Amino acid sequence: MTTPVWTNPLRDPGDRRLPRIAGPSGLVIFGVTGDLSRKKLMPAVYDLANRGLLPPGFSLVGFARRDWADQDFAQVVHDAVREHARTEFREEVWQQLAEGMRFIPGDFDDDTAFKQLRDAVEELDASRGTGGNFAFYLSVPPKFFPKVVEQLKKHGLAKAPEGSWRRAVIEKPFGHDLASAQQLNAIVHDVFAPDQVFRIDHYLGKETVQNILALRFANQMFEPIWNRSYVDHIQITMAEDIGIGGRAGYYDGIGSARDVIQNHLLQLMALTAMEEPASFDASSLLTEKLKVLKAVKLPEDLGEHTVRGQYAAGWQGGAQVPGYLEEEGIDPASTTDTYAAVRLNVDNRRWAGVPFYLRTGKRLGRRVTEIAVVFQRAPHSPFDSTATEELGANAIVIRVQPDEGITVRFGSKVPGTSMEIRDVTMDFAYGESFTESSPEAYERLILDVLLGDANLFPRHQEVEESWKILDPIEEYWATNGRPAQYASGSWGPEEAYEMLARDGRSWRRP
Amino acid sequence: MKIDLTDTTASKINKALVQGRRAIGTPAVGMVLTMVIVTDEENAYDALKAAEEASHEHPSRTLLVIKRHARTPRERTRSRLDAEVRVGSEAGTGETVVLRTYGEVSDHADSVVLPLLLPDAPVVVWWPVDAPGVPSKDPLGALAQRRITDLYAVENPLRTLEDRARSYAPGDTDLAWTRLTPWRSMLAAALDQARVPVVSAAVEAEAENPAAELLARWLEARLRVPVDRVVSDGPVVTAVRLGTADGDVVIDRPEGPLATLSLPGQPSRTLALKVRSTSELIAEELRRLDADEMYAVALRGEAHEETPAHV
Repeated sequence: MTTPVWTNPLRDPGDRRLPRIAGPSGLVIFGVTGDLSRKKLMPAVYDLANRGLLPPGFSLVGFARRDWADQDFAQVVHDAVREHARTEFREEVWQQLAEGMRFIPGDFDDDTAFKQLRDAVEELDASRGTGGNFAFYLSVPPKFFPKVVEQLKKHGLAKAPEGSWRRAVIEKPFGHDLASAQQLNAIVHDVFAPDQVFRIDHYLGKETVQNILALRFANQMFEPIWNRSYVDHIQITMAEDIGIGGRAGYYDGIGSARDVIQNHLLQLMALTAMEEPASFDASSLLTEKLKVLKAVKLPEDLGEHTVRGQYAAGWQGGAQVPGYLEEEGIDPASTTDTYAAVRLNVDNRRWAGVPFYLRTGKRLGRRVTEIAVVFQRAPHSPFDSTATEELGANAIVIRVQPDEGITVRFGSKVPGTSMEIRDVTMDFAYGESFTESSPEAYERLILDVLLGDANLFPRHQEVEESWKILDPIEEYWATNGRPAQYASGSWGPEEAYEMLARDGRSWRRP
Repeated sequence: MKIDLTDTTASKINKALVQGRRAIGTPAVGMVLTMVIVTDEENAYDALKAAEEASHEHPSRTLLVIKRHARTPRERTRSRLDAEVRVGSEAGTGETVVLRTYGEVSDHADSVVLPLLLPDAPVVVWWPVDAPGVPSKDPLGALAQRRITDLYAVENPLRTLEDRARSYAPGDTDLAWTRLTPWRSMLAAALDQARVPVVSAAVEAEAENPAAELLARWLEARLRVPVDRVVSDGPVVTAVRLGTADGDVVIDRPEGPLATLSLPGQPSRTLALKVRSTSELIAEELRRLDADEMYAVALRGEAHEETPAHV
């Protein structure tokens, strides 16, 4: 950047009451009529405005195939905000926001629409002082990515005028294997510089995930035992209680491993396993996460150490639910996995010999995401074996959602005359110690995009490295066997339990 | 639940707290700070309500210290401590103890408060009214990391402001300053957009408004230009003008929550600038518990500021 350095005399690093307000900017959402946009993006924009974190003159441009005028769009946003926003509705905040709303009706291959978009962007620069800074949020199915970025390029929207920025925001899936991910990256990077492309993994916007780094690197008491000398194994779980719902078209052929393990679970694993970054900036974090992902080694026998499953019909939480193969729009012979468990090893000095078990699934017992670091047993116990019969392994569990917090499990004496030791837990809950309503992940991520802060966004190298881990597993599954069936509402197929039993371990019940 | 204790001591109150927590089944809660509110009976209700609302963001143990004046001279010599322990749904997300002191114990309220502080957690003292002359030297103020006063609640705000400037100690803060945060952040954002040096400035506000004076001093200190104080009809701060070579940057809020921002060469636009409730102000105060250096700068004004390294 060649802009002259301008120091705002009203800002000072010591003045920490002043919030990080995004600079002059606007957000263009493609696919603005979609579910994500209505339930997450629009409310997040409003919540940011309500918290005073958006610049005066912030503008929101919607682009979709609807015959709407600006006011109709504003009405849709209004309804979405009313229904889904986290903070209370305030008329004055709404007015401030509504003045900067524009809507562009059109298709993605409609040149006039993109010309209108360009005019709108220029008009906003003039009338709202957005300063040429725009983020383009592609809330559209990946098959439209090439078309949209090409149109942005063609109409000169992707090129930032001197001293301003243009950013692209894309959502998962980032391809369905290494080759397609590389292709997608090539298309997007052809138009936007790699550091101006923000890939949303909304898990990374969650407070608890950011807290993994605080827990590990701001404290002295965890890091010394965070290694192979003390840790027995690590379990990372993301369970959903819902089925595929109406997403049959998207889900079938993709499956849980590609949908969840490739991005969310491998990111959680990288944050759990990585070394301390030199500083807390995007490039240092990337360096460390990449190092871990590159050190990941797959088990030699994929049949023994990976499991996939499909939910069968059954009862879940008191409701009768159909099996995956009976869901509407699913081929009864489908081999798509709705449950996947894999064992990974990280071949470095810190983690050699410590398995990482990653599992995800739909229609499991309850909705929960957690990282459990399970410790080895004490090398020697002065208590006799009857005293410690009920003592399990110590564990630190990071509860990512819901009920965000951290649990520490350890043994404690049961009150009484005899020596008996049993597991107890010590609990830190976010909801208890901090704000009841911590910001939604999307709020944080949208603000970061506008600020240009890339800490919480996976870079294309990470995406590609993750596919390198998953691709061999998917290939093995494609040619060997069928997914195991598991009862809806259970914690996965029998085979998954056997997979851990072979290693002499067992899954936690989350 | 609520436990009433008459003619009691701190250790009995501590027992009641444990008993209350056991009874509602939450033996350990993640409270992050102790909030001590020193006030009179008249302001106690509103202050406690604000603190309980703020406790949704910062679960805390709230100690409300009310100094009572007995009616008869004989009663006045007798020292007595009454307490009301509230836990669970009646106390926001934490615990509340209302302490009423009569007679001599009123002068030794710190001896009651000290044993009731949460172990190892920060302490905040808030005087909604009648703050001591030197907050950091007050026996209760000395227990705290953070001392909150309110210039809106004094007889002669501008004179008190001078006193506060003289007696400032790290950890002092004032709600008149807290009220300015939205103004300050919008002014900073406006300059982010204007990107030009400011050559003159003016703050318009109702007469004798301490927040306006603090804002003017802050602007003087940061912009290094003299700031005009213009008296308007109010309410509170109504406008700030920053003169630049290209024209004026103005935030104008004649009334209500909607302000207008004008930047040179750009059409004006509206801004939400609401007057916030006390509970929101307290919640903001509790977000950071270290010394607020910028408040010290604003209190001292331009004449005494040391040159910051990065300018």
